[in-house]
Amino acid sequence: MATYQLNVNGQTKKVDVDPSTPLLWVLREELKMTGTKYGCGISACGACTVHLAGEATRSCVVPISLVGNRRVTTIEGIAQDPVGRAVQHAWVEKDVVQCGYCQSGQIMSAVALLKEIPKPTDANIEESMGGNLCRCATYVRIREAIKRAAEQMA
Amino acid sequence: MLANHRLLSLVFPLMVVAFVTCVHLSTGAGKERAAEAADPKLADGLAAWEQVYSVLTSPRCINCHTATNYPQQGDDRHRHFANVLRGPADRGVPALNCVGCHQETNADSTGVPGGPDWHLAPLSMRWQDTNDRPLSSAAVCRTVTDRSRNENMDGAALLKHHEGAALVRWAWNPGRRPDGTMRSLPPLSHVDFVDATRRWVEAGTPCPRGR
Repeated sequence: MATYQLNVNGQTKKVDVDPSTPLLWVLREELKMTGTKYGCGISACGACTVHLAGEATRSCVVPISLVGNRRVTTIEGIAQDPVGRAVQHAWVEKDVVQCGYCQSGQIMSAVALLKEIPKPTDANIEESMGGNLCRCATYVRIREAIKRAAEQMA
Repeated sequence: MLANHRLLSLVFPLMVVAFVTCVHLSTGAGKERAAEAADPKLADGLAAWEQVYSVLTSPRCINCHTATNYPQQGDDRHRHFANVLRGPADRGVPALNCVGCHQETNADSTGVPGGPDWHLAPLSMRWQDTNDRPLSSAAVCRTVTDRSRNENMDGAALLKHHEGAALVRWAWNPGRRPDGTMRSLPPLSHVDFVDATRRWVEAGTPCPRGR
């Protein structure tokens, strides 16, 4: 066990965990922030996506020992960001969600995409969101919502 | 008559040997071997290059020197999973960058390899064809020594790169697979790889002939 001090959504959090514990389980089990989901556990589905220093990151494969002092942003804190807010509004407006399990990861990836490419093409969206799987196949509405968020931010 | 036959039986084999030698030397391979025979340093340099080539085409190296828009993984060099793409700067695409999983060091508890600034080699440094087959020794050598494609590295810089570049050195510390077993290593130790590179550079970075 080791003690780690994390910056999560702008707040300092201290946890005592094994260094090999993935960030996902620190968030869910230690900090009780369950908005970030466990999907595959091998970074294949994107449900666990958070931002590490602004970079969309698969929290299920990043041991807490490698997080360092990078700030962690989760779905619980993404509305603090103007892009995050625009994406969440677009998600509601376009009624994207079906079962909802993958959607926190989808939103985190969409925000990362829009921060790098404010006006993404269909190809940009398909490439960047290609690592986020949705069993309900809400992909068409996800694309619409990303474009809507881009319009709102213009 | 008997004397003529005896003379012919002595001269004819010599003529055959001379003819075969001429034909052999007139071909590329023959010229190369002749040049190597005349210059032991060249021969040693080419032999050293073949050792370097055996490392460059091992999965730990060549998996990120693809000619396609995706990296490979595993000893069978299969396409990287999760729809990972090369992207415009060889570091993935927004929201799906290499560093979104690959951290600064190996993550042995989760089986994800890592190193500083994890990324693909640029397409100018591809060592495979578009069907994922490794290029020939001669083709890889030409690529590696072409300063318009290798970030302007001369022999000394190539040696330094093989000796100290973090992602090159990673190949000998590749960490554990998700099942906990160790990833396989290149066929030479890092010390032997650097030694082979040094001998190749000292010989003038010769490349084999051929395509």
